[in-house]
Amino acid sequence: MVELKNEILKLLKEDARRGPDLIATMLNVEQADVIRAIDEMEKDHVIVKYAAVVNWSKVSEEKVTALIEVQITPERGRGFEGIAERIYLYPQVKSVYLMSGDYDLLVEVEGSTLRDVASFVSNKLSPIDSVLSTKTFFILKKYKQDGIIFEEHEDDHRLPISP
Amino acid sequence: MMIKDEELKTSLPGQRSSMADYLSPMARSIKPSGIRRFFDMVSESKDGDIITLGVGEPDFVTPWHVREACVYSLERGKTQYTSNAGMPELREAISGYLSDRFNVAYDPANEIIVTVGGSEAIDLALRVLINPGDEILVPEPCYISYSPITALSGGIPVGIETFAKDDFKLTAESLQASITPRSKVLVLCYPSNPTGGIMTYEDWLPIAKVVEEHDLIVISDEIYAELTYGSNHVSFASIPGMKDRTILVSGFSKAFAMTGWRMGYVCGHLELISAMLKVHQYTVMCAPIMGQVAALEALTNGIDEMKKMIDSYNQRRRLVVRGFREIGLECHEPQGAFYAFPSIESTGLSSEVFAERLLKEHKVAAVPGNVFGKGGEGFIRCSYATSVAQLTEAIERIGKFVHSLKS
Repeated sequence: MVELKNEILKLLKEDARRGPDLIATMLNVEQADVIRAIDEMEKDHVIVKYAAVVNWSKVSEEKVTALIEVQITPERGRGFEGIAERIYLYPQVKSVYLMSGDYDLLVEVEGSTLRDVASFVSNKLSPIDSVLSTKTFFILKKYKQDGIIFEEHEDDHRLPISP
Repeated sequence: MMIKDEELKTSLPGQRSSMADYLSPMARSIKPSGIRRFFDMVSESKDGDIITLGVGEPDFVTPWHVREACVYSLERGKTQYTSNAGMPELREAISGYLSDRFNVAYDPANEIIVTVGGSEAIDLALRVLINPGDEILVPEPCYISYSPITALSGGIPVGIETFAKDDFKLTAESLQASITPRSKVLVLCYPSNPTGGIMTYEDWLPIAKVVEEHDLIVISDEIYAELTYGSNHVSFASIPGMKDRTILVSGFSKAFAMTGWRMGYVCGHLELISAMLKVHQYTVMCAPIMGQVAALEALTNGIDEMKKMIDSYNQRRRLVVRGFREIGLECHEPQGAFYAFPSIESTGLSSEVFAERLLKEHKVAAVPGNVFGKGGEGFIRCSYATSVAQLTEAIERIGKFVHSLKS
């Protein structure tokens, strides 16, 4: 079952719109088993969501994204959890990672303008008590995200018929 | 392909009226491949909506680490000839790889030549073996180049028909029935292009017996060796007693998605290999160093990635076999390579007409089975090395066409 689930996850990561019938054929298993495995993974929050990967730079609505390195003082008893939660609950925060190295949290913030992001950092993030320092890096271009290459659209260079 | 007497006459000085009269009778007698006509038809079509299942190569680009290794070597100035047989470290790697994966042992020092694709390896093997008039046995349907290359060396290709009911395996009976006192070489290509048929250890044993009885030598084209599904490939050279009788041909094109690099190799008995090396050194000198560097990287660090590609072919294989059966075409289960070979006999059309109308009326390109020799009529070759979305759409279109023919 664990192996089947892994195989299903790989196929869904490639294309989340693949249905259980197609997946069952590709993996040579019963459709009912695929449905059951997917149900379980949805319930267990292994599959968290089926969402489109969007290249926003191709959409007229431009977005500004920044990665912010945040140094914090951990709280007694709760470590980084409480402070991470206070940060990730903001809707403009797209991801938060606890990091090893020079800083503690890596926070990805999205806004519609540079000023939006700047004001989030100065008005929301920095004033939090345990936040010691922040360093903001604006993203200029996304080449690849989550294993998916954005810009390059690879055409099939093969001859249409070959022996 | 026998040459008629009048064709053998070479025109003499003063009698030549066109450039074609300068050609050798041999060059004139070779017919262009049946695939060519289809290639032209598809290429000339301006329609961008054609889905092609006619491609005989992986849909993966060569993995980046392999390409990068080649780029790096170019930057470092590796642009020279290598030894005729190929870089020693590459031959070492090939030897280790063949022994690990297929249980056959070849001495990298004198039993392996790195060639310009498997194609050159086939040419070398046939050239050093054929005496004019020798009969070369070729199970068909098969890859299109064995018979013409045989003819180029003055050999006589003898097709042995294989059948869907046998999963296109070669049987000892049909091999036996095709043997004459002039039979010398048996050319094998399993896993098979175009049928996807494979041969197991048990399938090979009776073949090996006939080969021994009739003192045949075998050229085993195992270019699709890594692409088997459900069982591991069994090299003919690994069958007891067969190694010295077998010239093993393989390469990097299919397993490592390296078709355009033209990297192949040939392994065999020292005396055969040294004869091939002479032809190889006078014709191509050595395989290109760039390709050799890339091939070495593929063997050293590319096995995991190769296995992922094979998993992906296998998933698509199941999809197309089910697809063809659901639209009412009989399709034996291909166990190797990346081709399905469904029967279109039930439609009442010939392979050529079916493929031509499928292309023109439904915009799907497939290769008519008859171009692959005996036993290919009544089938079409469909490569499933294409995206799942394209395969699904192609099967839907073929389904519409089949339905319209049957109703």
